[in-house]
Amino acid sequence: MITRRRLIEAAGAGVACAGGGPGAPLLYAATAGVPLSPGVPAGLDGSAVLEALPGKQPLIKLSYRPPNYESPLQYFDTPITPNDRFYVRYHLADIPNVDAKTLDAKTYKIVVGGEGANAQAEITFDDLKKFPAYEIVAVNQCSGNRRGLSQPHVPGVQWGYGAMGCARWKGARLKDLLDRVGLKKEAIEIAFNGADGPAFDQTPDFIKSLPVWKAIDESTLVAYEMNGEPLPHFNGYPARLVVPGWTGTYWMKHLIDINVMTRPQGGFWMNPAYRIPVGEFPAVVRFMTQETATTAPITEMVVNSLITSHADGAEVKAGTITMRGLAWDGGYGIRAVEASTDGGQSWSAATLGDDLGRFAFRPWSFDLTVRSGKNTVTVNATNKRGETQVAALLFNPAGYHNNVRQSVTLNAA
Amino acid sequence: MRVVAFTSIAALAGLVAAAADERPIELKPGAGREAVEDNCGACHSLDYILMNSPFLNAAGWNAEVTKMIKAFGAPINETDAKSIANYLAKNYGS
Repeated sequence: MITRRRLIEAAGAGVACAGGGPGAPLLYAATAGVPLSPGVPAGLDGSAVLEALPGKQPLIKLSYRPPNYESPLQYFDTPITPNDRFYVRYHLADIPNVDAKTLDAKTYKIVVGGEGANAQAEITFDDLKKFPAYEIVAVNQCSGNRRGLSQPHVPGVQWGYGAMGCARWKGARLKDLLDRVGLKKEAIEIAFNGADGPAFDQTPDFIKSLPVWKAIDESTLVAYEMNGEPLPHFNGYPARLVVPGWTGTYWMKHLIDINVMTRPQGGFWMNPAYRIPVGEFPAVVRFMTQETATTAPITEMVVNSLITSHADGAEVKAGTITMRGLAWDGGYGIRAVEASTDGGQSWSAATLGDDLGRFAFRPWSFDLTVRSGKNTVTVNATNKRGETQVAALLFNPAGYHNNVRQSVTLNAA
Repeated sequence: MRVVAFTSIAALAGLVAAAADERPIELKPGAGREAVEDNCGACHSLDYILMNSPFLNAAGWNAEVTKMIKAFGAPINETDAKSIANYLAKNYGS
């Protein structure tokens, strides 16, 4: 856990990091106290600040309105991300007011219906809690996590490493809500809307859809608890969609509408937004009713890992140190994490930690001997389908799916 | 929306700092700044501009302004759109 002292040291010390086991001080490279990921656009210097939204620990503020705040590296020292350290991402500025209780759980309801449904239903917060409850540990990662590291840079929210988190989600199966209305055989997509909206009424509302097969998957939940507590306001209170394995764009917050569709959802946020070039990334599960000849909607997360114990440029003592981190993928599970200290010529297996489920962060650790001077360590994760991280960026105009193997250089004295 | 702003790093763990609204973003002075503040700032905070700099060239900034009008429906007239794109390219361009 991060202590006050550690954070203050991190902010004040600039560049310093002592490696070693739990309890050792974690000191990170920081720009004016803000622990930005190396490689993000220079314009974030002086613009990004550490600030706490109501109910949150300080996060790295990238934009105020809509609020986009990422978690600093220090917050990933556990495979479950605490609610008050979990990142915040909104597309549109008119978000439910945290003070006005516009999303009072007493009046809140989810409307389920649409032309592909046999009936319409209104599900109150109490109704939602009466459905059989299920729990799943799953990573929520923004499609654009690490966009800020793209070379060349691409426009958008310039996320570093921290637009992700992993929580234990509890809620009803979406399938059980859909069973309440029944699907016609013509139903092909289920569309979702949240209570947030645009500041200007001509701006497209944030609406996302899933193929029916993913919507009725047993792992897809309408969650009302996160790590044993109500959802934080800024993570979708009172209920949000949880789509394990798929990127965060589908995890609709403040869910108020479930629309069963017999044709593809045609809004801006399905196309052209959140698209990847056809054929560029590994053949993951496909969302066929949304594909075009050239682009496909982003779906599953690609296999990835993050070194959490040491920032790039960290100062360590020569000798044996333990490096720690996390690995995750789109829900196949992590098979191995390997580290290289010779630029990728040889790899040694890291030790995998607790398995909290195939959708969860998988912790890992790696002991290595560092010599005086610069020591560069590269990490690569492999999932149970044999997919690995990439050595060089697979560039795409929106900066999605950045799973370039991370390297950090440690300065040993 | 209200955010709790921290004025000093020492307050990080305390969560007791005074509440503050979105802090004003000071853009560089120059022709077109007012058009940027009035138009862009109506729908999103101006830190989006700083964050997305200085890597976009004039064509890149022009594409962003066009996207805001065409895709996001921003009601920006042609004169302002040109002024905004020029300002961004000159002050926040590559």
